[in-house]
Amino acid sequence: MKRILVCAFTALLCAGSIAAQQRPTAFINARIIPIAGPPIEQGILLIQNGKIAAVGDARTVRLSSDVVTVDMAGKTIMPGLIDTHSHIGSPAGADGSGPIQPDVRILDSVNAEAVSFQRAQAGGITTVNVMPGSGYLNSGQTLYLKLRDDAIKIDDLLIYDKDGKYMGGIKFANGTNPIRSGGGAFPGTRAKSAALVRDQFIKAREYREKVKAAGNDKTKLPPRDLGMETLGEVLDGKRVVHFHTHRHDDILTALRLQKEFGFRIVLQHVSEAWKVADEIAKAKAPASIIMIDAPGGKLETMEVDFKNGAALEKAGALTGFHTDDGITDSRWFLRSGGMAMRAGMSRDKVLYGFTMAGAIMLDMQDRIGSLEPGKDADFIVLSGDPLSVYTKVLQTWVEGKKVFDRTDPKDYLIAVGGKGATDENDLNADHLHCVDGDEGGNE
Amino acid sequence: MKRTISLRAISLLATVAFLMQAAFGQLAVKGDTVWTMTGEPITNGVVLIRDGKIERVGTAAQVQIPAGYRTVTAKVITPGLIDAHTVIGLNGYLNQPHDQMALDASGTFQPELRATDAYDPEERLVEWVRGYGVTTIHTGHQPSALSPGQTMLAKTWGKTVEDATLVPTAMVAVVLGQAANAGAGRSPGTRGKQAAMLRAELIKAQENLAKKEPPKDLRSEIMMRVAKGDVRLLVTAHKVQDIMTALRLAKEFNLKMVLDGASEAPLIVNEIKAAGIPVIVHATMARAGGDTASLSLETAAKLKAAGIPVALQSGYEGYVPKTRIILFEAAMAAANGLGVRDALATVTIDAAKILGLDTRIGSIAQGKDADIALYDGDPFEFATHCTGTIINGQLVSEIVR
Repeated sequence: MKRILVCAFTALLCAGSIAAQQRPTAFINARIIPIAGPPIEQGILLIQNGKIAAVGDARTVRLSSDVVTVDMAGKTIMPGLIDTHSHIGSPAGADGSGPIQPDVRILDSVNAEAVSFQRAQAGGITTVNVMPGSGYLNSGQTLYLKLRDDAIKIDDLLIYDKDGKYMGGIKFANGTNPIRSGGGAFPGTRAKSAALVRDQFIKAREYREKVKAAGNDKTKLPPRDLGMETLGEVLDGKRVVHFHTHRHDDILTALRLQKEFGFRIVLQHVSEAWKVADEIAKAKAPASIIMIDAPGGKLETMEVDFKNGAALEKAGALTGFHTDDGITDSRWFLRSGGMAMRAGMSRDKVLYGFTMAGAIMLDMQDRIGSLEPGKDADFIVLSGDPLSVYTKVLQTWVEGKKVFDRTDPKDYLIAVGGKGATDENDLNADHLHCVDGDEGGNE
Repeated sequence: MKRTISLRAISLLATVAFLMQAAFGQLAVKGDTVWTMTGEPITNGVVLIRDGKIERVGTAAQVQIPAGYRTVTAKVITPGLIDAHTVIGLNGYLNQPHDQMALDASGTFQPELRATDAYDPEERLVEWVRGYGVTTIHTGHQPSALSPGQTMLAKTWGKTVEDATLVPTAMVAVVLGQAANAGAGRSPGTRGKQAAMLRAELIKAQENLAKKEPPKDLRSEIMMRVAKGDVRLLVTAHKVQDIMTALRLAKEFNLKMVLDGASEAPLIVNEIKAAGIPVIVHATMARAGGDTASLSLETAAKLKAAGIPVALQSGYEGYVPKTRIILFEAAMAAANGLGVRDALATVTIDAAKILGLDTRIGSIAQGKDADIALYDGDPFEFATHCTGTIINGQLVSEIVR
């Protein structure tokens, strides 16, 4: 009986909070960086039902009588950050059985309860592309996730497209990570890596032709092959290829494959982008960059440089950012932009990179990436300038709900660390290995 | 004939004088803000450098720049940064077997390994951190074995290890916790065994000290220096039980010790303070997990607030980034409770004190080594650049980084 009462009470509370969400909420007196336009001083962000209702100031935004106002004087509001490449939730994709495994879905792997999701919320990230590792030419399908609160199962984080399908891309990699000296099914050289990928795409084309030729005659269909079906989606432009690539020649190989097979690509890492920025821009390939504090760590990042952002901007390439978490920590994702600015990238393009550029790369430019009416109410509240070391993420909001609040002791612990802030097994050598290394030990 | 010789001698002398002048070209450094770390920062300050040492410090009104001094200007000037624990120079940036010299896997207890025999002063990472204002490093064997070897103190400038070295044997590195386990059925395999092995080595050293003719092998020699308190133990320990083991050993054997890493130190500040042991705190942005699960952006701030001497380190990295930059780690600590002044102290004067070099480096004061870093703004801001680095009075880096 008592239990039923508690349940009823909880239900009431929930109903209450849903009702409260229905009332419009106005965040007032903030410095608002909408990305879609110039910053607004003394700005107002109006949200309702998880969406942005209006963005402007006292002259342009009319507040209804039932509005809940939240004073954000002295604070800065900008869109939630988009991380185009992360490994939070301990995803594991392909296994050691082969270099190309497009049938593997990390949907079946991610731990939605992992504390790493909370760390990303603490860093102001609201949308993330969670990917399997790079120790394979193709390690499986990726997931685009919203960092909603209190997730238990992966379904709680999924994003659905207009056809009702959960969204995600596919991970490819070249360079040294997929190369294994032991031979077997894995490539031993860069040329072999490219050949193996070509082979699979040619097969996928043939598979797709057979399916088309069969038409409505089910007896003529080829045996179902999940990997071929997935690569078919890639060939049809329905699934974006997120291509891990570091060295300048590997970047060009990725672009060559893209041109040959016409798939849609987002270049990830591009450590030597500064050498081939014009080629990247000419290919109209979006590039997502990472900021690493020192060169090296492995041979193909000997010449990684903070100036990649500036070089790509100058060349005119669409440039975003990623954490590659655990390589860099989601909690200080904004720092990457600060370092890119240090090396000459413009403030505007840095902020655009964290938001709209990421949204475009994940096919969600109509839903996220800027503060505009009709878009998801995904935003962050900052204590100051987004690109200052002293600025803190104070709050993170996803679809109109606050998912991180620095004044909440539990959230504070996640943000700064300390006893109980992390699962002791959250990060170990294996994890780092699966992030960006391989199992062949040729980093 | 005589005349020729004397002419030659004169010309030789002139050449030497010229070279001296070039090497120690007298320098004046002007800064809008000069963090001397001996008091309040000076606004519109001038630092005169003569023959590699700091000659005078004061405001522009107080200090006239003598004729013949080259003048360098910057918005902000700090003492050259000190990285209180790193492995650069031993572990190279390529991360390939041939350039990873900070761990020998053949033994778990090798305090006789000298960092100076492995240090490459021209390694890329040494140049890399120098470009961010780092002028002195405490470097050595990586914390991945019970005793991986010795550490050394070096300037980040010099062609040979002899040129760069300040102190060839600074400390003997010891590790407690998961990272000290040898694995694969070898000892140590547990925390208890780690302590037992250390006790056995220290008892042996004490007995050797009492001998009329102590053994001369390298291990006995260095362990006797440790047991005598001539050389300090640098004990990497993160969890409370490991830190407490370190303090217990220090007391049992009357050891001179510096704690390293120390993720959970904020939980036992009273014990650490009572032991009088300084702490070289983990890199602020180090990854949390395993023994370091409890590390925090605020570790340094909490220890400092408790009155424990604290320095910061870039630490050891096995992958990317192959080294962290002490400037950036201090910046993050500054923004997380430590504040700008104290954060600067952890990478300058406080680090110098813990490393025993504060009479020579760590502040901008008359008579000290002219090691100075130049910045075009708040050194800790993301978008600020290091515009120059001076070591021993020489402008060794002018890269804007």
